[in-house]
Amino acid sequence: MGNTITDVIKQYGGDETRLMDILIDIQAAQGYLSDSAITQIARALGIPQVDVEQTVSFYHFFAREPRGKYAIYLNDSVVAEFNDRAGVAKALEEAAGCSFGQVSPDGLIGLFPTACIGMSDQEPAALINEVVFPRMTPAKARALVAGLKAGQAVADLAGTDFGEGQNAHPLIRSTVRNNIRLRGDMVFDRYEPGAALRRAVSMSSREIIAMVKAASVRGRGGAGFPTGMKWEFARKAPGDVKYIFCNADEGEPGTFKDRVILTELPGLVFEGMAVAGYAVGARHGILYIRNEYRYLRPYLESVLTGMREQNLLGAYIAGKAGFNFDIKIQFGAGAYVCGEESALIESAEGKRGEPRDRPPFPVEKGYLQKPTVVNNVETLCSVVQVLVKGVDWYNSLGTPESKGTKVLSVSGDCDKPGIYEIAWGFSVNDILKMVGARDVQAVQVGGPSGACIAPAEFSRTLAYEDLATGGSLIIIGAHRDLLKDVVLNFARFFREESCGSCVPCRALTVMAQRVMEQIVAGKGTPTDLARFVEWASIMKKNRCGLGQTALNPIITTLRNFKPLYDRRIAVGDDRFMPTFDLAAAVRDYDEAVKGP
Amino acid sequence: MATFVKFTLNGVECLAEDGTQLVEAAAENGVFIPTLCNYPGIPPKGSCRICTVLVNGIPVTACTTRVVEDMKVQTSTPELESFRKSVVEILFAEGNHLCPSCEKSGSCELQALAYRYRMTVPHFPYLFPKRDVEAWHPKILKDHNRCILCKRCIRGIHNKDGKALFAFGKRGDRLVINIDPETSRDVSDELVQKAMAMCPVGAILKKEKGFDVPIGSRKYDVAPIGSEVEG
Ligand SMILES: Cc1cc2nc3c(=O)[nH]c(=O)nc-3n(C[C@H](O)[C@H](O)[C@H](O)COP(=O)(O)O)c2cc1C
Ligand code: SF4
Ligand code: SF4
Ligand code: FES
Repeated sequence: MGNTITDVIKQYGGDETRLMDILIDIQAAQGYLSDSAITQIARALGIPQVDVEQTVSFYHFFAREPRGKYAIYLNDSVVAEFNDRAGVAKALEEAAGCSFGQVSPDGLIGLFPTACIGMSDQEPAALINEVVFPRMTPAKARALVAGLKAGQAVADLAGTDFGEGQNAHPLIRSTVRNNIRLRGDMVFDRYEPGAALRRAVSMSSREIIAMVKAASVRGRGGAGFPTGMKWEFARKAPGDVKYIFCNADEGEPGTFKDRVILTELPGLVFEGMAVAGYAVGARHGILYIRNEYRYLRPYLESVLTGMREQNLLGAYIAGKAGFNFDIKIQFGAGAYVCGEESALIESAEGKRGEPRDRPPFPVEKGYLQKPTVVNNVETLCSVVQVLVKGVDWYNSLGTPESKGTKVLSVSGDCDKPGIYEIAWGFSVNDILKMVGARDVQAVQVGGPSGACIAPAEFSRTLAYEDLATGGSLIIIGAHRDLLKDVVLNFARFFREESCGSCVPCRALTVMAQRVMEQIVAGKGTPTDLARFVEWASIMKKNRCGLGQTALNPIITTLRNFKPLYDRRIAVGDDRFMPTFDLAAAVRDYDEAVKGP
Repeated sequence: MATFVKFTLNGVECLAEDGTQLVEAAAENGVFIPTLCNYPGIPPKGSCRICTVLVNGIPVTACTTRVVEDMKVQTSTPELESFRKSVVEILFAEGNHLCPSCEKSGSCELQALAYRYRMTVPHFPYLFPKRDVEAWHPKILKDHNRCILCKRCIRGIHNKDGKALFAFGKRGDRLVINIDPETSRDVSDELVQKAMAMCPVGAILKKEKGFDVPIGSRKYDVAPIGSEVEG
């Protein structure tokens, strides 16, 4: 076994910045990262073992103890809960003979919860050794465990009911579905590989940036930063070595559009990265993609190989002397915060995904302290189409401040969950009609970090100037318990995913979850509600967007669904502590007096 | 040659060397900005957030911000002061801080700031976490109950080979400081002493040392925190 570790480390040139790759490969070979593996890795890389531990213990999918020959990670997102996750979990526990968080006595099966795995339109979904099992039911769960016990291969157990399009590709063979319900004019329109690059090389880098600016392309990853401006900063930043990152971390619960884009149009995304490389003067591209999408790896690698063969990557791209650009794939290991661009960079450098202080911004000092552009998958697609179809075409779509289209991930209580590419400016009502949603209590726009809106606001439009969104809509039906099924789930999510660096984020996510639990249990007080508002203002001073938005699920429901809270608040005299349980407090005494 | 820049500090025009850390630049001009994770001479990491000030109206951490020409800095507003008090209270509610029995009492920055902000009772729910006291190391005692996870020890303490002795483990509310058994093996008494002094609270202790300064003579018995700047 010892040789595996040395071999893997040699393969990565003994480079400590490749620690993520090293850990992923060693865990794949040995099942988990043992004490002796940690010590060996540290010695071979010449770094302290606490530093290795620091990276390992940060990520959800790195295991320090055996997690079973088959570790089953069952998604615990809101939408999974809507679709009988509890029933599936119970069936798994009964069949496997162990509870969640444990490994079966024979060491065969481990059961673990995991945050949204990007399958919200086909929940509940589970991950087993890189294979996705969407649309689980209790019956399927029992059959699955029986199959594993009988020694069947995981891939065989997933079956051959492959999803549409490239999901059936020989290198993917996944039962995951695309569910593309509406193809828009941009991302899911026709795409001719290489057209944008050929156009790009006929222009100067300045001209390309001017074009992206003229089209006013804005980031699709959530923040909406002007892409042309970002590229210009990076182009002007001093230094010969620069990097282009494509952010495919897609950890915001309810979001799965980047998965579908990367399944159907990886060439479009990679071409966008190459165009960015040309515009910025970068030779290296890195696709940072979440571990949950590892089943796409052989396919994505083959697409990269194909592009090198067609001279769309590599040296002398599209026949242009001096235009060299290539792309490598970097996997994460389970951490929502790694979608934040500076945490993503830290992670790609082999460290824990702790966001950096700004300034300096990534465009000045990013990956390995070099100027770095980080763009969302969809942003890069937009740029390709701007180059091919032109600025005027792009500007003819959308609203005055939001040009082009937006790919939406729609999930929750509706007939047709899936992918919808719309021009910016559609109202929430338009979308609800399109997806077949009735009796809607609320819509979670932009994931937990976004806003939970009530029907009174459904006439609002999706646009940077109104409801800005990274593109996810979770539809919550009238029959749901909004505070328990949704808000509490999100509160737990943020507590779990905080990197822990900032004091308010680390502590208030825990406190907010506890108070929310009390409210749901009918033990909240009016003071608790006032507290939330005060806490939200404290949270605004955290370092990164995670902490700054972590109380949004509570704050936006408090604003839009106040009666739901009031109904659960212990009314009457606020001087009493509804959380105080007299019986529990005197239990020891009672037992001592009366005997147990 | 150092170049000096003009900037405004609470409405008063001041001078500082270009690029000076805002905490220092303010101190040089007689204005105290409280800090917990910042420590002179080691790279800043804005994690406690207590040094938050307004630069041109926008909240930023003063330990990670450098002075530039014409910067307008506001270090004290009712909202900022109340935020700072909250940070201190949150830290008390988050860990297990039993000041009267702590070796660092009287010299603890967290305790001193609690006095400065007149903390009486924390307005945040106590978390009462279960944490360890780690005593396997021959020279270092690590009391996790008191650790505020400021990262000073990670950033500031290295052995002769420049390797870290401390690092984070886990994340979120499970975050913890780990001690490296190898890099800390031959740690000198001086380095442990340095780590203990650098730790703002009593989370790193040198074994067989403690309570060695009588009450009345401890650091903040003599002069309250901030007085070194404010006079
Ligand atoms: C906690 C957190 C998670 C994020 N996750 C993602 C993500 O999964 N994908 C993404 O593109 N951007 C994500 N972002 C935004 C990125 O920091 C960054 O703004 C974006 O990748 C920039 O690309 P764009 O300008 O093309 O949108 C996240 C931000 C935060 C604070
Ligand atoms: S806000 Fe939260 S997630 Fe972001 S850096 Fe601070 S502690 Fe980490
Ligand atoms: S041990 Fe002390 S210096 Fe290290 S993180 Fe904890 S409080 Fe900070
Ligand atoms: S002292 Fe600046 S953030 Fe802690």
